[in-house]
Amino acid sequence: MPTPAETEALLLSLRVAVWSVLGSLPPAIAIAWLLARTRFPGHALLNGLLHLPLVVPPVVIGYLLLVFLGRRGPGGVFLENVFGITLGFTWQGAAVASAIVAFPLMLRAIRQSIEAVDRRLEQAARTLGASSANAFCTVTLPLIVPGVFAGMVLSFARSLGEFGATITFVSSIPGETRTLPLALYAATQVPGGEPQATRLVIISVALAMIALVGSEWLARRTRHYASGGP
Amino acid sequence: MIDIAFNHRQGAFSLDVRMQLPGNGVTGLFGTSGAGKSTVADVIAGLIRPDGGRIAIGERVQFDSARGVAVAPERRRIGYVFQEARLFPHMNVRTNLRFGARRRGGAGPGAFDQVVGLLGLEPLLDRRTRHLSGGEAQRVAIGRALLSDPELLIMDEPLSSLDQQRRDDVLPHLEHLAADTGIPMIYITHSIEEIIRLADHLAVMANGAVIACGPIQDVMARPDVPVLNDRRDAGTLLQTTVAGHFDEDHLSALRFGEHTLLVPRTERPKGSPLALRILARDVSLALEPPQRSSVMNVLPGRVQGIHPRGDGHVDVSIDTGQIIRARITRRSADDLSLRAGLHLYALVKSVAFAERDAFRRHAEGDH
Repeated sequence: MPTPAETEALLLSLRVAVWSVLGSLPPAIAIAWLLARTRFPGHALLNGLLHLPLVVPPVVIGYLLLVFLGRRGPGGVFLENVFGITLGFTWQGAAVASAIVAFPLMLRAIRQSIEAVDRRLEQAARTLGASSANAFCTVTLPLIVPGVFAGMVLSFARSLGEFGATITFVSSIPGETRTLPLALYAATQVPGGEPQATRLVIISVALAMIALVGSEWLARRTRHYASGGP
Repeated sequence: MIDIAFNHRQGAFSLDVRMQLPGNGVTGLFGTSGAGKSTVADVIAGLIRPDGGRIAIGERVQFDSARGVAVAPERRRIGYVFQEARLFPHMNVRTNLRFGARRRGGAGPGAFDQVVGLLGLEPLLDRRTRHLSGGEAQRVAIGRALLSDPELLIMDEPLSSLDQQRRDDVLPHLEHLAADTGIPMIYITHSIEEIIRLADHLAVMANGAVIACGPIQDVMARPDVPVLNDRRDAGTLLQTTVAGHFDEDHLSALRFGEHTLLVPRTERPKGSPLALRILARDVSLALEPPQRSSVMNVLPGRVQGIHPRGDGHVDVSIDTGQIIRARITRRSADDLSLRAGLHLYALVKSVAFAERDAFRRHAEGDH
């Protein structure tokens, strides 16, 4: 059985990943729709900007977050004063770091599934009295559910594995920001930490397997539903 | 009155459409593929915003570039049946049917059952849309459009994606639709058969413009509409009344004006109106009534116009009370010394039916 410290890291990892996924879902759907269905000045720029986390080292993301959203950064001060939210060195900060790093993965999956929806269905909905927002919610959204789930799974997995941006932005505080990968890294840094590291590796692999199998099952269910199965 | 006038540029293709259609009955919008028919439908429905113009259905102005009016498609109350059924795949038939009704407040109580009955949808209601055949899906799409309580129904080649058997399955429903619902309809097709079976009014499009528009019989009788006349099956429409049947001979007699035509036995009862299509190539001309001939239909008339064609043929319009056209060789025309006003006889060899009813056409070819 996992030790209390291991359980703590596991639950923290899950909490960070879940919030990172749920928090990025609404903006991801909105931006995916914008990118898939509209053309506006700055379209390519926005697209490029949002895909940056995919290509720059996570440490860079973490550093930028530290500068802007850290306790002394302009964004950090604003959030602290106006909303009373502190991101620097808190698990919420870890969730933000994960969300940003994983965002392009979710965005791509959702955008592709929106592009795959036949626009002519949306047109049909319009001629039947649905506003464009209503057509999106009642026709497009149900049809992209499989893509949305795929995006959520990808970004969830990316969040669980997040290391560089997290450790740079919120450090590795046991019980607050020390997620599984960070705990594993810490274990490898102390003499005689190998057994501890091995246990954490097993927990990480088990968690990944459960997530994979679960998402596969979910994907099959939603595909069936969206394609009009019985 | 439906008033449509707009211009629109789409890449290298430009449309300049002007037509006035009656506010009731079925208007056929006919043209070869690429003539711009579907774009016209999209513009009327509000899915494409034209560069300029004005579109009004009755009192309701849907688009007027001069006054900056452009009603959103969801507020136009135009039912649109597309070439493909475009049913929502994540909903069953019943939910598809109710989609428009829910958003537009429905077409009144009992409308659902009425439309379901009219289109024979009862056994399909709980089916998923992907288990429907093409014809069934198209019937559901028609029902869905009807139940959104439209003031105008546009059908864009609703039968073109179906095989012949499915067409025969849907066409009778369309014929009833026009008569039973009273909703004006614009029916787009490149099939002259469908036009003749369904339309009262005809607009012909070519290269992005409307080149002829009017009551179907008038437009069909015009010799100067290339899309209609450059066909092997070019012909005119006669409005007749069933005068009687000769069961033993499998013939029926049709009357128009003072003339009687014998045609293959029709199921239509005596006294009912019947639109009859006579192909120009099935009509020969004679200066005197033929003696001892196999041709039963000999209609006296007067040459109204002679229209030379490029292929060595001549189209001759004969006024017999209604216009009949004969397509004959130029040599025959010269031999007969045809000229406008000449009295002669049109010999009608066989007739093509255009019956507006739910039964199948009989084999053609009487003598």
